[in-house]
Amino acid sequence: MDDAKMVHQANQIAAYFEAYPQARAREGVLDHLHKFWPPDKRARLAAYLAGNGGGLHPLAAWAAAQLEAPAGQD
Amino acid sequence: MAAIRPIDYGTPERTAEASVSLEIDGQAVTVPEGTSVMRAAMTAGVDIPRLCATDSLEPFGSCRLCLVEIEGRRGYPASCTTPVEDGMVVRTAGDTVRRLRRNVVELYLTDHPGTSVTGEGHGDDELLAMAARLGVEASRYPSARNHQTAAVDDSNPYFRFDPSRCIVCSRCVRACNEIQGTFALTVDGHGFASMISAGTGEDDFLSSECVSCGACVQACPTEALEEKTVIEAGAPERAVVTTCAYCGVGCSFQAELRGDRIVRMVPYRHGQANHGHSCVKGRFAWGYTNHPDRITRPMIRERITDAWREVSWDEAIGFAAERLNGLRERHGPGVLGAITSSRCTNEETFLVQKLARAVFGTNNVDTCARVCHSPTGYGLKNTFGTSAGTQDFDSVQSADVVLVIGANPTDAHPVFASQLKRRLRAGARLIVVDPRAIDLVRSPHVAADYHLQLRPGTNVALVNALAHTVIAEGLEDAGFIRTRCETDEYAAWREFILRPENAPEAVEAVTGVPAATLRAAARLYATGGNAAIYYGLGVTEHSQGSTMVMGMANLAMATGNIGREGVGVNPLRGQNNVQGSCDMGSFPHELPGYRHIADEGVRGIFEREWGVTLDTEPGMRIPNMIDAATGGAFKGLYIQGEDILQSDPNVRHIAAGLEGMECVIIQDLFLNETARYAHVFLPGSTFLEKDGTFTNAERRINRVRKISEAPAGMADWEITQALAQALGYPMHYRHPGEIMDEIARTTPTFAGVSFEKIDELGSIQWPCNEAHPEGTRVMHVGEFVRGLGRFLLTPYVATDERANRRFPLLLTTGRILSQYNVGTQTRRTDNRVWHDEDILEIHPEDAETRGIREGMRVRLASRIGETTLHAHISPRMMPGVVYTTFHFPETATNVVTTEFSDWATECPEYKVTAVEVAPSHTLSEWQYSQAQARERQQRVTHEESTTEEVTARERA
Repeated sequence: MDDAKMVHQANQIAAYFEAYPQARAREGVLDHLHKFWPPDKRARLAAYLAGNGGGLHPLAAWAAAQLEAPAGQD
Repeated sequence: MAAIRPIDYGTPERTAEASVSLEIDGQAVTVPEGTSVMRAAMTAGVDIPRLCATDSLEPFGSCRLCLVEIEGRRGYPASCTTPVEDGMVVRTAGDTVRRLRRNVVELYLTDHPGTSVTGEGHGDDELLAMAARLGVEASRYPSARNHQTAAVDDSNPYFRFDPSRCIVCSRCVRACNEIQGTFALTVDGHGFASMISAGTGEDDFLSSECVSCGACVQACPTEALEEKTVIEAGAPERAVVTTCAYCGVGCSFQAELRGDRIVRMVPYRHGQANHGHSCVKGRFAWGYTNHPDRITRPMIRERITDAWREVSWDEAIGFAAERLNGLRERHGPGVLGAITSSRCTNEETFLVQKLARAVFGTNNVDTCARVCHSPTGYGLKNTFGTSAGTQDFDSVQSADVVLVIGANPTDAHPVFASQLKRRLRAGARLIVVDPRAIDLVRSPHVAADYHLQLRPGTNVALVNALAHTVIAEGLEDAGFIRTRCETDEYAAWREFILRPENAPEAVEAVTGVPAATLRAAARLYATGGNAAIYYGLGVTEHSQGSTMVMGMANLAMATGNIGREGVGVNPLRGQNNVQGSCDMGSFPHELPGYRHIADEGVRGIFEREWGVTLDTEPGMRIPNMIDAATGGAFKGLYIQGEDILQSDPNVRHIAAGLEGMECVIIQDLFLNETARYAHVFLPGSTFLEKDGTFTNAERRINRVRKISEAPAGMADWEITQALAQALGYPMHYRHPGEIMDEIARTTPTFAGVSFEKIDELGSIQWPCNEAHPEGTRVMHVGEFVRGLGRFLLTPYVATDERANRRFPLLLTTGRILSQYNVGTQTRRTDNRVWHDEDILEIHPEDAETRGIREGMRVRLASRIGETTLHAHISPRMMPGVVYTTFHFPETATNVVTTEFSDWATECPEYKVTAVEVAPSHTLSEWQYSQAQARERQQRVTHEESTTEEVTARERA
């Protein structure tokens, strides 16, 4: 999968949850990635954020950061 | 085994609280008020002779054979049209009525050939049977003017009309009107010239608007309308009840056999989804099952450029297992995956996902619902608590308002459409939401109150505006919301939906639907009584497919239209077992019964049952597998009964992914498009060649019964089992019933299901468990599956696929009545008579500005690719929107569609592709290359050449 397609999909998820208040929106995006994206794809998103990271919706970027970060850290 | 000729009560059953008692031939009989004398007699075992009456049609009273004597009444009333009355005394077999009946039969016989078309006995000819019963051996009347030399209408590929046998009883006309609802037949002329006519006087059956559902043939009492297979092969001798393998209506059929040969498929009168009705596909288009293209021996090849080599089952399974094992050992289980088939049985689908999870060791398993109703799963589960339609089909008979969104039932779900049209003719109101003027918008005796002809891609804006109107105008069901739904979620949604941007006036510019029309439709839905939503892929195949499903669920909850008869939110499922394949754990994140793979308790159930440890993470969806394969990270795929190269979007990308894999195993009936990239071909079985169950769109589990052996010798479940064994896993089912027993042990919604119980009840709608031992007709009664219903926000987010100056039109794709899905089955039947290529429908204005004339070949190009096909200029389209189907690989419509997809499920956005259309004189480059590749594969296969021979020949 190319990065552009992955970023587009992550941003689509973020665009949906953006309708909710920020805390719920963040949780919604992160929960969705955990429930439906396979681990390799999540890892790619996290790696993308750690690298260039450009073009990610703020909610998607936040969620990608959680994927990368150890549990319990924000 | 079913009876070839089941009991016919002569007139339809009546239901009434009041009952009526009468005496018939000395017997006391009590029946519901409104019952005919004929039916009352039959319930007492008195079979009154008849020809124009049958219990699937309203009484007509034309044949005068069912005359009876009623005390206190003058003359001899027809028992079919005479309702029972309290105290009535009826005599059915007096000398006078018997003489009158014999006389009537003699008169009919003066204009009838006198023998059955089958050449033996009475066949299906009730007149001959009646003559024998009444002791009429010959007519006393001279045969003067008659119709015995009238021309036979042989135009329909499946049945013929022979006027010399017709008694003009109108059963065919009434069947077309009352059951099918097409109104294609009539009695033309007067007196002696009276004759059944299809369409106008200029038409024959083929050129008329007849949809070949077969209802008229089934109704005909004299073999004037008869199946050509019966005329050719003779009358059937026995019948087996099974389930159709086409759409998600799941019609029950009697497969009628003579010896071991099927001579016809007849819709089963006790079928709980179809009640004795059918469409052209299920009724007639079963010839593919013995088509010469069937692959009947396993085949393997080292490389996809090699010729196929026919081998034994042992060698093919061993070859596949060795490759899969090798890949797993070298790269780990994550490089393997499987695709289950929504055309196969529940038991077979269950086994494929079990193979992936328990044997391959991965959750990389997916199904065709990825590209159709996966958003239904997401949307309904999150709002209502489970992923399924809320009603049974019969519920529509209690609907007062029907909202059809993004579905074309008369083409894609014809038998449900007939039931829907019956309700509409009885007075229910109709709202259609569709960019095209589908047949339901206006057809005989049916007209939509509102047709909201929206621009493709704007569903969510529209459903929000409907909900906005309901709330803003105070039309919500406050009591339902308060008692049945989550209060906080409703409050948040209410605030959201009342925002000005969701008002009809604000979204008019986006949707193209006038605000006043939209408001009127919303008022009708909210206040018109029981309101039911039926929807199809026009909802789901969008970048906001899941949002739209949630939007419809919100609308139903806000108006209290959920949890009782006549209401609900109902997906019209595309394939025969797509509901079942989803139920059976075909999604990479869910185990059977829609339970997430991360749930330790649920995983434990299957780990104990299967004796393995399961992966805890969601696996790859089909597009993820293809993406990974193009990068070399996915290498082995087992595909049962799907043709992703034709059905999935951006065909070039799919081809690149398949080409990147090292082991592609195709299990199918035919060498489909995807098989060009396969290394192993395992010949599968049709629905006639195995036992099992299908689950239709109303959650109804129906039995599939084996009628004949698969030509290659193995049912699909046996092939999967053999592969599992070759991979070292102990899988030893003796019968699919044992697989269903395992499903019941592990899946609470199926806990009470067994083959024995299905046989006993006819069918079962899940959930079937201790609380619902005989299944569940209507869901969410009293409380939602998730407890309280949950309103979810549905922001409208425009798709990124936009029309522009280069691609100014929007393409939307769909189906047509005579063809099914990628056409694997229907293209190999006489259904090609109606539709033998994909056609592009284009509005007259768009055609004119492009110099396109009717029937012209045109180039259809998007940002992704291009193809060519012939154009049909149609005012059904709205300007700026074009439409085509995806039934033919020669067109490869999905060369054009994009990879944009639903945000939640990655269901492709087939319904919105920006395109341009222009006249063309040649095929596209892709079409040329694929035609050559297809030809090469077929040629090599039939020559049964070895790899070396083909290589040598190509070098030469």
